[in-house]
Amino acid sequence: MARGTFTGGIHPYEGKELSKDKPIKIVMPKGELVYPVSQHIGAPAKPVVRVGDHVLTGQMIAEAGGFVSAPIFATVSGTVKAIEPRRLATGAMCNSIIVENDEKYEEVEFKPMKPYEEMTAQDKIDAVRNAGVVGMGGAGFPTAVKFSPKEPDRIDYVIANCSECEPYLTSDYRRMIEEPELLLEGLKIAVSIFPNARGILAIEDNKPDAIAKFTELTKDEDKISVKAVKTKYPEGAERMLIYACTGREINSSMLPADAGCIVDNVDTLCAVCRAVKEGRPLMERIVTITGEAVENPQNYKVRIGTNYRELLEDAGLKSEPAKIISGGPMMGFAVFDLDVPTTKTASALTCLSSDEVSALEPSACINCARCVEVCPERLVPKNLADAVEHNDEKTFLAMYGMECCECGCCSFICPARRQLTQLIKGMRKIQLGKRKK
Amino acid sequence: MSDMRKVSSNPHVRSKTTTSNIMMWVVIALLPATGFGIYNFGLNALITVVLSVGTAVLAEFCYEKAMKKPITIGDFSAVVTGLLLALNLPSTVPWWIPVLGSIFAIIMVKQIFGGLGQNFMNPALGGRCFLMISFPAIMTNFITDTYTGATPLANLKNGVEVNVMDMIIGRTGGTIGETSMLCIMIGAMILFILGIIDYVIPFTYIITFVVFVALFGGYGLNFSYISAHLAGGGLMLGAFFMATDYVTCPITPKGKVIYGVILGLLTGIFRIFGANAEGVSYAIIITNLLVPLIEKFTIPRAFGIKKAARKEVKKA
Repeated sequence: MARGTFTGGIHPYEGKELSKDKPIKIVMPKGELVYPVSQHIGAPAKPVVRVGDHVLTGQMIAEAGGFVSAPIFATVSGTVKAIEPRRLATGAMCNSIIVENDEKYEEVEFKPMKPYEEMTAQDKIDAVRNAGVVGMGGAGFPTAVKFSPKEPDRIDYVIANCSECEPYLTSDYRRMIEEPELLLEGLKIAVSIFPNARGILAIEDNKPDAIAKFTELTKDEDKISVKAVKTKYPEGAERMLIYACTGREINSSMLPADAGCIVDNVDTLCAVCRAVKEGRPLMERIVTITGEAVENPQNYKVRIGTNYRELLEDAGLKSEPAKIISGGPMMGFAVFDLDVPTTKTASALTCLSSDEVSALEPSACINCARCVEVCPERLVPKNLADAVEHNDEKTFLAMYGMECCECGCCSFICPARRQLTQLIKGMRKIQLGKRKK
Repeated sequence: MSDMRKVSSNPHVRSKTTTSNIMMWVVIALLPATGFGIYNFGLNALITVVLSVGTAVLAEFCYEKAMKKPITIGDFSAVVTGLLLALNLPSTVPWWIPVLGSIFAIIMVKQIFGGLGQNFMNPALGGRCFLMISFPAIMTNFITDTYTGATPLANLKNGVEVNVMDMIIGRTGGTIGETSMLCIMIGAMILFILGIIDYVIPFTYIITFVVFVALFGGYGLNFSYISAHLAGGGLMLGAFFMATDYVTCPITPKGKVIYGVILGLLTGIFRIFGANAEGVSYAIIITNLLVPLIEKFTIPRAFGIKKAARKEVKKA
């Protein structure tokens, strides 16, 4: 099988060896747990509990606020302490439900809607919707919506995004090694929703053990196959991965379904399996706590809502980190305050011991074309950034500025240290804001 | 707000390559050719190189100081300009030629238009062409103690037999840095291996030139005639070190091919139909002027744009 890839991309320092051999550790939350009502793309969830209510583990505390939305569940038992705005890892404030943990972990009873064999495709989608499953790779798009394209029979491939191209992150890798059956089961369920679909496990070739494991597990499956994709950032970006697996190209205004594809992250598919087979809502995820400043880099199974600080305290700090990033160094958000909750989309906390970026002064562009070479979207980042600096919206749009996927390759590679991604990102926000009006 | 930490927009890591270490590698890659030039032409070549590089750096410093701009001599780009200019001068020039040329290159071609990244033509070649037009006799005096005859290219033009092997090693008359094809190739290899220059421009340039010479040179596919053209004059130095100058070459992948083809055609026209034996410098600076136009028409279609649109049409 040809090794799938795309043109462009970069090879940053991977840093995965820090945590890749550390088994998943379960960590129990201590004090309060914070559940922001917006942990997904779409309408915020609506709280259905009041301050003072007693909640059980797995009880719905906020219902979906619309079709493109997702409910939120308590991950511990305890008392609702407050409903107030709290800060997220992105820096924004968001209305949140705060639950004081009573450390009893009393659960509601989980049971599937029906025995699995009797479930129709729609039943499975409903189970996923009711469990509040969203894309856990970062975007947080409600999975049930993703599973309901206009023409389900036009879906040819369900791609499990096991590439994990972001530097430092190993949470998906540990899931693949420790719970491969769960992931595979999740993928099979997703494939069974679409009459003509086949499943692909797209794994980067820097994880040969995962590739070997899944090749072995899928050898008797006729609808599921393993695809080794080239190790390169951003191989796991949705559009790049679809191209690497199928050769089909989609642009920013299309959905993967337009190319006959559904792409789901590792944790998401595991949550799909739990939701459909056991009726368990989405309550946990794997989070990597890593970076040079961390004493014991680890992969944790975390109850969503747990404070980041508790995780970092468990892992320990070797030295004072220069920068703390929620997520990986390419796409993550730098946090100025550690008092933020883990959410459905929180994949990692990376503590860098040196901050290479803040001190850099951008210098003159020397037109070296490196940004053009690495851009996976085949843009000319230099021209786009120039257009932004001149506030020239027309040129920005004419040069496909809206196609940028904000992967950060151009800023990474620029020898003049220009803030290319940042400039383009700013203008895209402005344009997206205008579209909404 | 317990602990306010530094934040910035992603990405939070950068590659190690910077403008100044790119320029430094270009200087290192030029050292074999420079060394051979000094060995070949003696002390006056060394003096020319030192004066040219020194003046270029000093001119940049003084201009930026006078204009109260940030001093950018630390990025080594002025060193590259000065060195390239020196390599494009005959070893016989008086001391004031490299000085004048460097000042013109740095101030008139580079700084007046906004400094690094803004110049519309290669500063070193701009400086050289200025000197060629102003002092044609001095600039074409290739007679030294070792080499008393005309340059191989001039001989080639006049139908005189040339020794291709000598031309490849560099034991011929010519400017300081252009004679040794071997040393230039060693430098070019360094830049290829480090990924500093791209093979597209030099190869499309050389291939187009070879095709042109084979068609219009009058000797057809005569191996020694074509290799003499390749090894002679500033073609190798130009193709690998000056046509690939980032600032003055197109940024788009297709644009690079077009740029290389135009360079090959113009060099062929100047060498075969022109009055001078040499044509590389003029070909490069003229093509430099076409770059904005080339870039304008070769903006690539973004990922997923046209193909998808075509499919939609087919489906409907």
